[in-house]
Amino acid sequence: MDGSALLTIFVLAIFVGYEVISKVSSTLHTPLMSGSNAISGIVLVGTIAVAAHTESTAIFVLELVAIVLASVNLVGGFVVTDRMLRLFRSRGRKQKEPGA
Amino acid sequence: MSENWAAFFYLVAAVCFIVALKGLSSPRTARLGNVVGAAGALVSVLVVMAVHRPDRLVWILIAIAVGGAIGTLAAQRVAMTAMPQMVALFNGVGGAAGAMVALLELAEGTSDAVPHLAVTAFTVLIGSITFSGSLLTFAKLQEIVTGRPMVFPGMRWVAAVSVAGSLATGVWVTLTGSVLGAVLLAALTLGLGLLLVLPVGGADVPIVISLLNAFSGITVTASGYVLSNTLLIVAGTLVGASGTLLTKMMADAMGRSLVNILFGAFAGGSTLGSTTESDRPVRSGGPPDIAIQLGYARKVVVVPGYGLAVAQAQHTMRDLTDALESRGVEVTYAIHPVAGRMPGHMNVLLAEADVPYDKLKEMTEVNPEFRTTDVALVVGANDVVNPAAHTEPGSPIYGMPILEVAHAASVVFLKRSMRPGFAGIENELLYDQKTTLLFGDAKESLSKLLAAVKNL
Repeated sequence: MDGSALLTIFVLAIFVGYEVISKVSSTLHTPLMSGSNAISGIVLVGTIAVAAHTESTAIFVLELVAIVLASVNLVGGFVVTDRMLRLFRSRGRKQKEPGA
Repeated sequence: MSENWAAFFYLVAAVCFIVALKGLSSPRTARLGNVVGAAGALVSVLVVMAVHRPDRLVWILIAIAVGGAIGTLAAQRVAMTAMPQMVALFNGVGGAAGAMVALLELAEGTSDAVPHLAVTAFTVLIGSITFSGSLLTFAKLQEIVTGRPMVFPGMRWVAAVSVAGSLATGVWVTLTGSVLGAVLLAALTLGLGLLLVLPVGGADVPIVISLLNAFSGITVTASGYVLSNTLLIVAGTLVGASGTLLTKMMADAMGRSLVNILFGAFAGGSTLGSTTESDRPVRSGGPPDIAIQLGYARKVVVVPGYGLAVAQAQHTMRDLTDALESRGVEVTYAIHPVAGRMPGHMNVLLAEADVPYDKLKEMTEVNPEFRTTDVALVVGANDVVNPAAHTEPGSPIYGMPILEVAHAASVVFLKRSMRPGFAGIENELLYDQKTTLLFGDAKESLSKLLAAVKNL
């Protein structure tokens, strides 16, 4: 894809990102950070793409290292975000509240 | 799979990520959103394999399994108090992966167009800064190194030379596509990342984590440009926007500029306050007196600070508020945006202690309520309730928005000692007529208060 198309996508994504993020509840800023962090682990796709077409063994091995790092980021990020989000409950859904 | 189908599925994945972030607008939809995001990630990983059909697929799958296992294990084991370190570490590995992709793509020699090489150099630069900066942030939070700002003589010059050297090397890589140059650039910018985080004090860490979060997103965007991958561009930009907005919110909540936070220590260091104890007289009370104050109040607002989390006292705090509520006292929590070690940290810690999220109120929402509050109970917080932020133009925290507990009819501080907080600034409120102090570890103090309230 040519540079100008990529630039177009980039600029439009800035506006989408700004709109979506500014509506995030401040209660959830930590899960926002870990969740967006997980999304940045999608660089895994890039590491796999380069690893797939390289002829050089040295580059392939280094790509494997990058794949490990990116998967730590991607998988760990989603798991930890889920763990945190499970903790949030509202007053209505409080467990075993006598007389409430 | 054809490129067109790949582009389609990448679009699906990008939409999944947007939905995931949209879900975070409410705790009710957040968890589902996160699952959708993870599904998007899974789809895109399958797609990239289907498009490129790597010969050595087994190795790639093993690498993913290893990384995924490490990530899952870490994510399940980490304590909620240690979440900032965890996020810092994840930011770091993401940045490193991005920088490596760009570097290795350069080594492949697929393109020698100047714009392409310029973005490659930029990816290496920002990815390396993210990596080393995040590792140092992790070390600071984990207290492997001191949390106080670190400056050394001539640091300014070292920094200036590093910046100039990095820029020169970046230009070299852009013009020649030299792999050696890119490796040198990585080395220089790894140093730059350390120089960026070294002078930042512990209290300013929430901002640095947000900033590095933004950097990791920018790394992914740039690597997406290098690889002509639209998904990486969209995903990275979303993360970049999130990190940037959080950075701005945190800086606003501290009433300081980003430049001041990052480079303040160079100029003499506003966070290098005193740590000596004051010997001015204060009024300290015993648990039974304070329990009476709390137990017969109509409305109590709890102001939790990081001290509460350090003492692991969230659960005892919750028990105390339950005991008060069963006596008919109205209890809410007032959360300052910088309470804790990362944006929203206190909310997670209280959620872990089963405090319903709708009982937590933001600063702007709760400040007008202090006028009708009988007791403001401040646990392990100091600077975020310090009126000096409003009244003393010379104070380092002047201009920082605070929780206006001074407007409550009475104030109770649970404090470890009279040592000033992170910013090292005296808090006049401690010496006020309506203030009572209870010294000791937050958890012990809260247990004593809980027992005393139950005895009323």
